[in-house]
Amino acid sequence: MAGLTVAMTKKDQAHRTLERVLVLEAGRAERHYWRDLWSYRELFAILAWRDIAIRYKQTVIGIAWAVVRPLLTMLIFTVIFGRLAHLPSDGAVPYPVMVFAGMLPWMLFSTVLSEASNSLVSNANLISKVYFPRLIVPCASSVVALVEFAITFILLVLMMLWFGVLPDFRIVFLPLFIALAVLASLGPALYITALNVKYRDFRFIIPFIVQFGMYVSPVGFSSAVIPEKWRLLYRLNPVVGVIDGFRWCLLRGQSELYMPGLYLNLVVIATFLWLGVSYFRKTERTFADLI
Amino acid sequence: MENDAVVIRAESLGKKYLIGHQGERERYVALRDVVAHNVHRLGRTAMDLVRGCPMVDGDELEEFWALKDVSFEIKRGEVTGVIGPNGAGKSTLLKILSRITEPSEGRVTINGRVASLLEVGTGFHPELTGRENIFLNGAILGMTKKEIKAKFDEIVAFSEVEKFLDTPVKRYSSGMYVRLAFAVAAHLEPEILIVDEVLAVGDAQFQKKCLGKMQDVSQEGRTVLFVSHDMRKVTALCSRGILLNRGKIKRDGQMAMVADVYLTHRLNSGGFADLANREDRSGSGEVQFQSIELLVDGEQRRTFAFREPLSQKIRVKVKKRIGAALVQTTIVSSDGVPVCCFMNTDEGCNWLADIGDYEFTITIERLLLYPGTYSIELWLGDRNRYRIDLINEAISFTVYQGTNSELERSLDRANGLVYQSAIWNYVKQ
Repeated sequence: MAGLTVAMTKKDQAHRTLERVLVLEAGRAERHYWRDLWSYRELFAILAWRDIAIRYKQTVIGIAWAVVRPLLTMLIFTVIFGRLAHLPSDGAVPYPVMVFAGMLPWMLFSTVLSEASNSLVSNANLISKVYFPRLIVPCASSVVALVEFAITFILLVLMMLWFGVLPDFRIVFLPLFIALAVLASLGPALYITALNVKYRDFRFIIPFIVQFGMYVSPVGFSSAVIPEKWRLLYRLNPVVGVIDGFRWCLLRGQSELYMPGLYLNLVVIATFLWLGVSYFRKTERTFADLI
Repeated sequence: MENDAVVIRAESLGKKYLIGHQGERERYVALRDVVAHNVHRLGRTAMDLVRGCPMVDGDELEEFWALKDVSFEIKRGEVTGVIGPNGAGKSTLLKILSRITEPSEGRVTINGRVASLLEVGTGFHPELTGRENIFLNGAILGMTKKEIKAKFDEIVAFSEVEKFLDTPVKRYSSGMYVRLAFAVAAHLEPEILIVDEVLAVGDAQFQKKCLGKMQDVSQEGRTVLFVSHDMRKVTALCSRGILLNRGKIKRDGQMAMVADVYLTHRLNSGGFADLANREDRSGSGEVQFQSIELLVDGEQRRTFAFREPLSQKIRVKVKKRIGAALVQTTIVSSDGVPVCCFMNTDEGCNWLADIGDYEFTITIERLLLYPGTYSIELWLGDRNRYRIDLINEAISFTVYQGTNSELERSLDRANGLVYQSAIWNYVKQ
């Protein structure tokens, strides 16, 4: 115990030497914002853990909800687009597998969007009582989406084994597209969550965006069914590139990757991200007054 | 570094809020008016949205300065109490210092690691267990995981909830919840601790324990800023006091002096209670209390310094002649303990109640009660102690120690209720 105390004081001292004088002033930009953010990484981890821990508390089937929801949606899409509308799949890939491979990034995108967008308001009690870089809250809440994604991914693996669709070397690019899905979602989510503090209207807009977006994005169908002349325009939707990328990585390139579209997507995603982060940072200091 | 001793420096701090009012002529009856009003309102909020202004409910906007031109310096190791009436800006000040909100003008310079405790159990999640909440709350208050782990056993022991550590806190009693929450907070080790009115929770015994812990903290040379309405706690803990009123500093200096200023200004209205219309009374009712007044040298008051003279003026209406009657007033402490009682016959003031109005004056020459809140119970009966009128809590008043207490120690309610002087002697053997 004594040894422990000594170690702590030493660390404290290290802390003190690092310490800077803090100045609080109206409209003063935080100079060490990103370093500050890093020093709060433990809080980030624990908030993420909390969100995961409480998500399926007091539900009967618990974490199985993460499996049931995408599975049912996949079935509906397969029936509607595949069987009834007779839309073509990519190459020789079975329709359910193609839908599910697109469903995964979409679920990731939409869960991050809806969780992060409501995160500030649902953590209002924290915001109004404790200081920490507010960016932690939406980021931590998007970790839940990643965990759910991991669970659904297992389901996809099982499905691919069942249908005998095995990925090739392209799968190494998958982490890139996962990151892209999160970033694509985080940009608008940051913007919306900051707006949501002021105008609660956005709470009603999000479910609408998510529902609408699922039909606008190539989730239930392949993006190859979009006519050639609309192809680039269609790519303004940042999720299109992500979904195509997923299918390309997982399905042996049988879904083609349209490179100009992907570049456009990257630009769109980066723009949204920049807008989101900068708006968030601009309004961050007033959150406690408005929430 | 120059001025190393100053850890918090506030320079002409101000904080402005926009508040909305409902307009005067807003009670619409006609549908047309309601529609017109709402369209107007929609237009305004849409404009706000475009300009990026916050939305404020109401029709008339007003700027409100919660703090204005507040400057002070706090040195390392100082324990400062911030006091003031409701709405004085105390919480706003703490919120600025703990970085939750930014000032509208002026600036603050802080030198050191700050932990603020504006609420006990911030971030506690009802679904999580006590153990999980300790880690969650600790992290939110700025402790590292290592720190929490090192202090975990201490925290659990302090909270006295060992048995329920793995139960979700939503199943806790409110007392257990508060104890656990405070236990985490009490083990924070920042250089500057900012505490808002959090000790007002929990049972008396636990409060005492927390107060003890707070005192330990201040003796370790940590800088503490403390807000409370409970003058006893503030005066017991703090050496320096800052009195805020309407967003401005009214007094800054030694705690006892500042507390005196505050208490004599506060509540000096209302040393009077009308009893004629009180419903919560019992007795046969031939004679009824009409009013009670608390006075010091003829001035109505509800706060009294220790050793001050206190007079009670009681008016009584006799509706039916009853002959010899007894009037009794009892001072009751805030936890319901009768402290002392005065009866007219004790001092040979025999009274024959004939129809008409009477006024009694009972003067205590030196009030020797410990600081705290007390109430007065009035009783009236006949010779056989048959109850004619009884009112509980006819009026309440507060006692504070004051600067003229002639005592070196501070009187704490935990050590007694009534002060009794004694003659001290000692011999060496």
